[in-house]
Amino acid sequence: MKAAEIKETLTWKELTVAGEIAEGGTSVLTKTGEWRTMIPRFIPDKCKQCMLCVPCCPDMSIPVKDGKRLDFDYDHCKGCGICYKVCPFGAIEFEKEEK
Amino acid sequence: MAIRERMSGNEAVAYAMRQIDPDVMGAFPITPSTEIPQYFSQYVANGQVHTEFVAVESEHSAMSCCIGAQAAGGRAVTATSSAGLALMWEMLYVAASSRLPITLSCVNRALSGPININNDHSDSMGARDSGWIQLYAENNQEAYDNFCMAMRIGEHKDVRLPVMCCQDGFITSHAIENIELLEDEIVKNFVGKYEPENYLLKKENPLSVGPYDTVAYYMEHKKQQAEAMKNAKAVILEVAKDFEKISARKYSFFEEYKMDDAEVAMVIIGSSAGTAKAVVDSLREEGIKAGLIKIRVFRPFPASEIAKALAHVKAAAIMDKADSFSGCGGPLFAEVRSACYGLDSKPVLVNYIYGLGGRDVVTTDLKKAFNKLLEYAKKGAPEETYYHLGVRE
Repeated sequence: MKAAEIKETLTWKELTVAGEIAEGGTSVLTKTGEWRTMIPRFIPDKCKQCMLCVPCCPDMSIPVKDGKRLDFDYDHCKGCGICYKVCPFGAIEFEKEEK
Repeated sequence: MAIRERMSGNEAVAYAMRQIDPDVMGAFPITPSTEIPQYFSQYVANGQVHTEFVAVESEHSAMSCCIGAQAAGGRAVTATSSAGLALMWEMLYVAASSRLPITLSCVNRALSGPININNDHSDSMGARDSGWIQLYAENNQEAYDNFCMAMRIGEHKDVRLPVMCCQDGFITSHAIENIELLEDEIVKNFVGKYEPENYLLKKENPLSVGPYDTVAYYMEHKKQQAEAMKNAKAVILEVAKDFEKISARKYSFFEEYKMDDAEVAMVIIGSSAGTAKAVVDSLREEGIKAGLIKIRVFRPFPASEIAKALAHVKAAAIMDKADSFSGCGGPLFAEVRSACYGLDSKPVLVNYIYGLGGRDVVTTDLKKAFNKLLEYAKKGAPEETYYHLGVRE
């Protein structure tokens, strides 16, 4: 059973054993960035694409395409601020998120 | 041909592990189970098994290692005792709820504190609600046999639960007794290959194991777990039947000793059952109709079968080698008394906490318990229901 097939209406007999899902990467479907209070902001003009922030993100919330980092994935970023701390070029700002 | 040998309970379990040749062992030493990974690492070093032996840094990691290995599609085993089992606590629940049939050899030892390295059942009894199947052994033979049967039970598609095989620390684990071992090929064929339907390393079928379970799903998965535990009862009996064919040794949920016409009975777990049987024999010589039930399967608890077995007795002593500090009795007492609630004519049931922290369990103490039962059987009611046996008053 794939993630999209798992519904809240299914009974215990219909659901997969132990909640197993027949695919990987299902966190893409669940937005877990909602409880963020602080938010990092990407400033592309200052970024040298050194890539230091990417592996430091505990949540894979800095997408990379063609060797370059893109803007944050705010659906999953928890606002921990590690990327802001490690950036040597001031290309990431960190502020209180106004919702 | 069966092999006649003599060995300790620990060696017997390690021997069974060698015959089964699991894919992974994640283990950390702790008295009195240390010898199991010690023997087993020799088998690994000698090339007698193909097992990946992972020397981890703690029991939490040992169980985590087993969870990863089993989820990946391997067969994982470990051994531990006391504080080691306590350190695994969090991961015991993860193993069970992820429905990973890991096999754990628990060599029962008291939990601290006060710190003590000797036998009682406080470690595994504390883990009784973790979702593991629990099998208890009286001696090295049963420790070996239970371990040989464990994987067939846990891995069954209707069950998919981890299995804890318990034996009494030092008393069983370190005492050398005669044993009848099965030949390697017979054990291998009996246990068979581990063939889970889905697993992480099955590349044609990607899988997520242990995902976050929201409010909308958690209870459904817990219901599945509860059903699996109920299903385990039939599987335990089925596996025991098959095991009898290769070993000529009979197993069930519990052993009934001279229970047919018993008027007073003792319900007990583990090595002390041997001592209690000697007491039953001597009482029988005096013309007293005494009997004994030795629990082999504590999880799932064979409630209806126990009620049936006790229905005709006048009084029974439920023996707990662990206290649950409920203020009204140990864990086995709570289960047995609850099981008997539906009986039309209920036996008088009393609880004895005994043998804690390795306190010797002697025939004279057990006889005292039986004498009290005879008195209560006559009166039809006990003075009290919660006693400590063999404690200085």
